[in-house]
Amino acid sequence: MTDTAVADNPAQSGPESGDGVRRRDFIYVAATSAAGVGAASVLIPLVSQMAPSADVLAESSTELDIGSIQPGQAIKAVFRKQPVFVRRLTPKEIAEAKAVPVDSLRDPQSLEDRTKKGKEEWLITMGVCTHLGCVPLGTGEGEVKGEFGGYFCPCHGSVYDTAARIRKGPAPKNLEVPPYEFTSDTVVKIG
Amino acid sequence: MSFPWANEYKPSHPAMVWLDEKLPLPRFVFNAVGAGYPVPRNLNYMYNFGVLAGVCLMIQIITGVVLAMHYAANTGVAFDSTEHIMRDVNWGWLLRYAHANGASAFFVVVYFHIFRGFFYGSYKAPREMIWLIGVLIFLLMMATAFMGYVLPWGQMSYWGAKVITGLFGAIPLVGEPIQTWLLGGFAPDQAALNRFFSLHFLLPFVILGVVILHIWALHIPGSTNPTGVEVKQESDTVPFHPYYTAKDGFGLGVFLIFYCAMVFFAPNALGHPDNYIPANPMQTPAHIVPEWYFWPFYAILRAFTQDFLFIPAKLLGVLAMFSSILVWFLLPWLDNSPVRSGHFRPTFKKFFWLLVVDVAVLGYCGGSPAEEPYVIISQIAALYYFAHFFIVLPIVSMIEKPLPLPFSITESVLGKDDAATVAPAE
Repeated sequence: MTDTAVADNPAQSGPESGDGVRRRDFIYVAATSAAGVGAASVLIPLVSQMAPSADVLAESSTELDIGSIQPGQAIKAVFRKQPVFVRRLTPKEIAEAKAVPVDSLRDPQSLEDRTKKGKEEWLITMGVCTHLGCVPLGTGEGEVKGEFGGYFCPCHGSVYDTAARIRKGPAPKNLEVPPYEFTSDTVVKIG
Repeated sequence: MSFPWANEYKPSHPAMVWLDEKLPLPRFVFNAVGAGYPVPRNLNYMYNFGVLAGVCLMIQIITGVVLAMHYAANTGVAFDSTEHIMRDVNWGWLLRYAHANGASAFFVVVYFHIFRGFFYGSYKAPREMIWLIGVLIFLLMMATAFMGYVLPWGQMSYWGAKVITGLFGAIPLVGEPIQTWLLGGFAPDQAALNRFFSLHFLLPFVILGVVILHIWALHIPGSTNPTGVEVKQESDTVPFHPYYTAKDGFGLGVFLIFYCAMVFFAPNALGHPDNYIPANPMQTPAHIVPEWYFWPFYAILRAFTQDFLFIPAKLLGVLAMFSSILVWFLLPWLDNSPVRSGHFRPTFKKFFWLLVVDVAVLGYCGGSPAEEPYVIISQIAALYYFAHFFIVLPIVSMIEKPLPLPFSITESVLGKDDAATVAPAE
């Protein structure tokens, strides 16, 4: 028993205890580090289970037939469970959007930045106000379009113009343009 | 609480003696809320609200656990299962109305409790920790109430969830990933509803645990009282039981009259009709409002309409809204007056009532549409709110001349006659 007691604890009475680092210190640090890394790695699944799951991500693209939309009309579609606005601008609306000096805008973007080349009559944006996420009015027949002729958010009074750029009210950004491409002249794939 | 004159627990029945040796739970209760806890003799009815808050928490836990037996957290059936509770489940209408109005009652009671603390300086040394834990409880309550309101999956549920999680989207750079992570999707949906239900079930028990810490911290210095003068002698206190169990029992009766009046005769008065429309992600209600108990904070959120320096208005509003509660954590160090009670602080008292009015105005504006004149009124009221804490309180506590304090609680109750000049206990 005496032998084991000494062998258990050589560092405390051993000659090397004088320099302040004992063999056992290495074991303490190694063991607590390994346990700490282990405990921290448990957080990875616990945190990432909160992120969108595979089925939610799988719904992240939408195909739309836009052939029947006339100039001046707009539709509301669903993309990622959120409304997306597809609007066919009239020549007057395009002219209005282009007449605004881009530098004067809160979120400076031109109509060209927000539409596809050669398809600038098609304004495709999320229908989610950049303030707090309400759905702005202005797609339906007879809905309020706001003083700049685009969209109007009834929640806190943000007003968007005919390029869906923020012009007035609390929203900080233009309505977001989702990633999309035209797969034919009348079909657009969003996402 | 350990005033030397506290009654000692002395079980007489052999079974209780046996239990006291093995697990002194009855002793613990006796010392916590029984005859073994000496309490200042002069507590007024404003001091009932702590116990009432505990009662509200129990009402919410009991009705909530029962409701969870009939509710399904699935976007396809959540709304229908809520209506199933209202129409088909035996007494389901009562349980749900008791739970929904119970949340409002809980906030009413807690607001009285908080403003009692503001007025009587309950947050001052040596009771800072009680106050800090209390603010934490309030934050937990807000989170719990918000998630509970989402569960019926009506229009206000859905859009409330969208707007409130949208607040996190205001954080620069990481805001949108955080919002997506919180929701488990790009908009409130199945993942969000299910996790809100899980957390709404969990958090009340977390609150219960923190409430126990709140009471534990309270029992170290003991309750404050309307004079703010500390307990000096035995004649300053009475045992909690039977004196305050009786007084709290009376207060509970009065509370239940109002609570039952709401549950039975105006169960939807504080609700919003839009929440009886199933959630529709394509259609925003014309006027999104949170529940009334969030209105003052919602008004502060909306008071910021202009960018300042390089900070967008939206982020400013979010920061201000969170700060309006977080500032309470600093309160013990912002008000440095050595006098606790507002009764003896003439200048403080005026500003206290101004704050009460200010919060009421904010509440009114928060429940109104975001248009003039409410925007400018909430801007002024929000400005005063922060000025009260960061400017008024520090300055008043420096320049104010307080009224003379009574020598003791006993003197304040009985006057300076013979009965009052009882020799100190030691």
